[in-house]
Parts: sequence; structure tokens; C-alpha cells
Amino acid sequence: MEAQTLSGGFDNPAVQSSHAFRNIMEAMARPGQIHEIKGAEPPAPLSIAGGTVLLTLCDTETPVYLAGNADNDEVRAWLAFHTGAPLTGPSRAMFAIGDWKALMPLNAYRIGTSEYPDRSATLIVECAELAASGAKLRGPGIKSQAALSLPEIRAFQSNQALFPLGLDFIFTNGVRLAALPRSTEVA
Amino acid sequence: MTEYNFAYLDEQTKRMIRRAILKGLAIPGYQVPFASREMPMPYGWGTGGVQVSAALLTPDDTFKVIDQGADDTTNAVSIRSFFERTAGVATTTATSEASVIQTRHRIPEDALTENQILVYQVPIPEPLRFLEPRESETRKMHSLEEYGLMHVKLYEDISRHGHIATSYAYPVKVEGRYVMDPSPIPKFDNPKLGNMAAIQLFGAGREQRIYALPPYTQVVSLDFEDHPFEASKADHPCGLCDATDSYLDEVIIDDQGGRMFVCSDTDYCTARQAAGHKGKDAA
Ligand SMILES: [Zn+2]
Repeated sequence: MEAQTLSGGFDNPAVQSSHAFRNIMEAMARPGQIHEIKGAEPPAPLSIAGGTVLLTLCDTETPVYLAGNADNDEVRAWLAFHTGAPLTGPSRAMFAIGDWKALMPLNAYRIGTSEYPDRSATLIVECAELAASGAKLRGPGIKSQAALSLPEIRAFQSNQALFPLGLDFIFTNGVRLAALPRSTEVA
Repeated sequence: MTEYNFAYLDEQTKRMIRRAILKGLAIPGYQVPFASREMPMPYGWGTGGVQVSAALLTPDDTFKVIDQGADDTTNAVSIRSFFERTAGVATTTATSEASVIQTRHRIPEDALTENQILVYQVPIPEPLRFLEPRESETRKMHSLEEYGLMHVKLYEDISRHGHIATSYAYPVKVEGRYVMDPSPIPKFDNPKLGNMAAIQLFGAGREQRIYALPPYTQVVSLDFEDHPFEASKADHPCGLCDATDSYLDEVIIDDQGGRMFVCSDTDYCTARQAAGHKGKDAA
């Protein structure tokens, strides 16, 4: 086994994951707000924030889709060792990670059912930039208006139109992340 | 070295609860099922709220627990010391100093901030339960937004009593979509649910449901054009601190049937008395 597989996890899982979760939760509760999380040191090309989200939320109960170049031997071994999450394709994934293009098409993922809209995928989008500017966001969690550098606008408008069904997004860049739940109106 | 996991629950259970919390925040007012765990306290003691708190507390938190507004009931004291012991959190009774507040049946009088999280203990999460006992049916009703029966029940109140008699667990509609049970808070507290700066999380242990209100979410108490919602309150001030804006409990003060009305939020009342406010029953 590669040394990188065994390392790069949390040194103190209970405490590090509690801090990481709080930041993920704040991000999901306040769409567009940028938070920092760290603790994981995943193999390339995953970001520290992307890897930390996986370690915080994934385990044997959560099928994960590694999209595009996020799917390599090192990432597979690292994810298996630290989380035990089974790998899957987009249609069965509870979590997916990759860059925006690699994650396409969005209609491949589960959006929940009318009685169980929570049975839907969360996409972790690795971004080359992440800034509180660009697309205008409104909705629950946002006092008046927020802004976030989204990879596009149309896809998120279509997703919001599915509410209460839909996908939820976490955008990662280095140690930073922001989130966009299905409830957010994007313009 | 402690004999417990951090915050008592094992990591896998916390991950499961954390995932449910995130979906709850993404779908405000929708009840997310979760696999509730046995906790070292009876169900009536707020095991749903305790599990939500366990999943989100960090060692940096300052934790407050209120039981019908009071910090000093057996229930509140034991939950507070449970997390002091298992999560090493600091605790407080001051609303303004707390980063996480777990509550049974009240929302604090002081407005909460963006740096705070309010965790509710919920006995019955399903607002349609008394109309329809079957979970499969209530799920269908929520999915179809079939809330007519709920209005009928409230309207029956009006024809019977001349007003809506429901005074606790008064149902609300979240962002124009899901009807939600705000837990048995007095309807006096309902207006605080909407547009709150803090994150609100609801945990029902026995019924295995988690739901959430992100900050600044639109929450509307169900009502009728000819009978608009009113957040009723007693028409006299607190006997101890003279507050006219707080929710009051009636307290028996002697065995001759003497009684007084005092703030149910003991931290609020104590702080006002310390600031020199004095009610007519104050010593
Ligand atoms: Zn008072």
C-alpha cells in the first residue's frame, strides 16, 4: 500500500470532523458564504477542502462517484482506506466529486422522490476559483442577497425549479468551500 | 482520558446525523428520517435534540440548555453536564454567551445572532399526525401539499371557540411549501421562527426525524383572512422584572392560592432584575 494511502486522514477524527462539519453546515445554511475547512490531505487532484468533506460525510453507507480525473488509483485507495465508501456511477451516488465539466450531465444524478426529496445526491465541485462575486443568490439562509462565482447559471436555475427535489452543491477550492442548496434562486 | 467518544456518539452515527442535518437545511421544513440511537436518558428527555447537538458540537462551543425557558430544571442540568463531560464544552446560562442552545418548548427572549444555533427537542414532528396517524399517508400529503385538512381543523377551532384555540405547537408554513410543527413552543414564540439570524435545527428521537430552518427563512403561522394569526400573551407585566414583552408562566407562590406571573425565560428575567428592573411581586 502506498504511504499516501495511509496518510492524509484526520489525526483526531472526532474533533477534526466536528470542526469540518460545522463549517460545511454553516456553508449549506448560508448559501454563498465562504468557509475554510482542513484536516484531510488527499491525493491529487483533490483539494484539501474536497477531501475533508469526503472524510467528514462519507462512509460505507454512502456510494461515491469520482468524476473525471478525480478517479485515479491514488484517490480510490485513499478514499477506500479512510472512509470505506463504495465507488459507484452517478446514478447511484450520494456524493460525487470532480470538476464541473467532469460531473456533467446533472440529470444523471438522483434528485430524490416527492415523498423523500432528501434521497438526492450532493455534488462536490472542485473549482479553479471561488469568490463571493458573480451569480446573485437569494433564498433561505440569505439575508437579502449573496453572490458566488458559479461555473454557470442556467443549470442551477433548472435545479432550483425542481424544488423540493434537486441536487445540493458544495464548491471547493484549496481549503475553502461554499455551498448552494436546491432552495437557492440564482440569477 | 475519557471513557466516552467525543460527544458520546460514535463517528458513523454522527456522520449519518450530519448528512440528515445538511439535507434538512437544503429542504427547509421537510422532515428527514434518521436512524435514532439509544441515548443514556429516556426519550421524554429530548434524545432527538441531544443527538443533533452531539453531531454538531465542537470543543470550542459554549452550550446552553433550557427547559421551558429555565436553565435549572433536572432535564436541562443533566443534558448540560452530559455534554460538559462527553464533549468538553463550556456551558453557560446566559443566552448571549452561548454558541449552541438546546431548548425544550421555548425560544429565548433575546434575539439570537448569526453566531448561534438553536436546537429544539421535538416530541411529535409530524404536524398532520393528529389528522392522519399513518406515516405513509402524511408523507403523501406533504408531497402533494395537501394541507386543506389542517386548515379545516384550525377552522373548527374558530367555529367552536370563536378563535383558534391551538396555543402550543401551532403549525407554520415554511417558504410557502412545507407545513411544519415548530415543537410545543407557545404560539407567542412563533413570530421569532421566521427571518431568524441563527440556524434552527429540530430533532425528534423517538420519531426519528430531523428538520431545519436556515437563517432568514420565511415562516408563516397558518391562519385565515378573517382570523389572522395572533401571538397571544398575558396582558400584565412580569411580577419580578416588570417586562411587558416576554412570555410569562403562572407560578403558585403560597398555599393560600397566591400566584404571580413571571418570565418563563429565567436568564432574561434575571438579567433584567440585575439591571434594576423591578416588578410588583419582587422582594
Ligand atoms: Zn421577568
